[in-house]
Amino acid sequence: MSGLQDEVDGLFARYAMAIDDDRLEDWLELFAEDCRYRIASRDNVEAGLPVSVVYADGRAMLADRVSALRRANIYEAQRYRHVIGRALVEAGPPVTARAGYHVARIMREGDVMLFSTGEYRAAFDEALRIREMTVVYDNARIDTLLALPL
Amino acid sequence: MQDLSRLPAWPGPGLTRVPFEVYRDRALYEAEQERLFRGPAWHFLCMEAELPEPASWRTTFVGETPVIVSRDGQGALHAFENRCAHRGALICLGEGGRGRRIQCVYHAWNYDLEGNLRGVAFEGGIDGAGGMPEGFDKSRHGPRKLRVAAWCGLVFGTFSPDVPDLETWLGPEICARLARVLGRPVRLLGRHRQMLPNNWKLYVENVKDSYHASLLHSFFATFRLNRLTQEGGVEVDESGGHHVSWSRMQTDRPNEDYEKGGLRAWKDDYALADPRLIHGRDEFGDGVSLQILTVFPTFVSQQVQNALAVRQVVPKGVDRTELLWTYYGFEDDDPELAEQRLLQANLVGPAGFISMEDGAVGGFVQRGAAGADGLDSVVEMGGAGTESQRGRATETSVRGFWKAWRAVMGL
Repeated sequence: MSGLQDEVDGLFARYAMAIDDDRLEDWLELFAEDCRYRIASRDNVEAGLPVSVVYADGRAMLADRVSALRRANIYEAQRYRHVIGRALVEAGPPVTARAGYHVARIMREGDVMLFSTGEYRAAFDEALRIREMTVVYDNARIDTLLALPL
Repeated sequence: MQDLSRLPAWPGPGLTRVPFEVYRDRALYEAEQERLFRGPAWHFLCMEAELPEPASWRTTFVGETPVIVSRDGQGALHAFENRCAHRGALICLGEGGRGRRIQCVYHAWNYDLEGNLRGVAFEGGIDGAGGMPEGFDKSRHGPRKLRVAAWCGLVFGTFSPDVPDLETWLGPEICARLARVLGRPVRLLGRHRQMLPNNWKLYVENVKDSYHASLLHSFFATFRLNRLTQEGGVEVDESGGHHVSWSRMQTDRPNEDYEKGGLRAWKDDYALADPRLIHGRDEFGDGVSLQILTVFPTFVSQQVQNALAVRQVVPKGVDRTELLWTYYGFEDDDPELAEQRLLQANLVGPAGFISMEDGAVGGFVQRGAAGADGLDSVVEMGGAGTESQRGRATETSVRGFWKAWRAVMGL
């Protein structure tokens, strides 16, 4: 079990560093081809309401999100800094995990704010790629816009 | 009454110049609360689908004023201030509740669902000591009530006894356009809340401004989808305050050239790797794939392909605005359409592929206009009038907003 724990914690660490380093293409590689990725508010999730702020059905859609950020969308230069807590892992199958996060947003102008807190709810395939990822954010309000993935 | 005398006279003639103070001036902001939000206008409160059961209530806002909108035991709609008649605390904390009475937590005064004060804790004192004076008349104390009316499942309220009935206020064109998208029983899909770093009017102007759409938002152009655009227009009502902008796009059937491009996949740039996102269904049968509608001053109805939502713009200070999005579909949606709505919710909203920029651009103006008191912005695209126009290279509905705003503000 401790081996699996380390593997899942390691995967979350790679997930966080890929986003924080602005290596979103590497971040994509952590997902299975037929993954589902959502960012949804805790209010909606708890009320059983299905709408998401970001929803990708498959890695191709997630890749479209990344290429839109690279080429189409306009947003002020910004970075995130993730801090992810130790994952609570269930061996499954499939392997599932929950982990809490804090994400600070750092604007090029210098302002840092605690942009989001919440939890990752993930399920993995045999190769420990992400099959399901629901990012449940606690902060009811999103400040200004959500460009980079959480 | 706020003293607005230090504001410069409106730069005339007409509506083609807007002084930057309107986004920055504290006294003006307070005057808007009084003359506009508590004045002669109808304000969106919630969707009826958010209040489906008798004897239930929700909290909302009219301008900065907290409001409770309720259904009484018979199902009739009411609205009143969310402010206890005693010391002014919020009567209802949180999103809402259900029951026959709403009780303030502070001193347990309670209200029926029409907003009438029904109970005062220890009204008769304790063991004959204390209590309210003999002549205290509960019927003379209570939160202010709003007039309430609904159109197509949208609940509006007003503090004004003078404003005409809701349907007259909306006018036939807006009523018809709302009925076009809201003709069936609604199923709620969820809500987003977003904080904008700008004055509320900058967001409303942005929604009305069809000129910026293809310039600021490059999703369609980048992924070579804009050639699909066929026709569109902007319609402005007589008051200027309400508008509809619409366009037709052939997205209901997959485009073969586009699909071939898509097969070259996501390492090859400039094509969506998975174009399911933009495959809309022509669910209203008229080919119109985009309809953005505003009701003066702060209500937006959105159809972006199959992503349907209403937006409520809530001022939270001179330079802070909360945007409340409510996404919906219909009870008779088939599973495919239900899924398509969830996918296309990606197109708009705080992380919208097409329009995430709208969350930030008002802040760019707010920051750019710092120190610009005495100067004006230019609103001249498409002429000087507020008439309906074909095409989208126009600011006619932005001028319309200022026409309606000036009328109600007396400026």
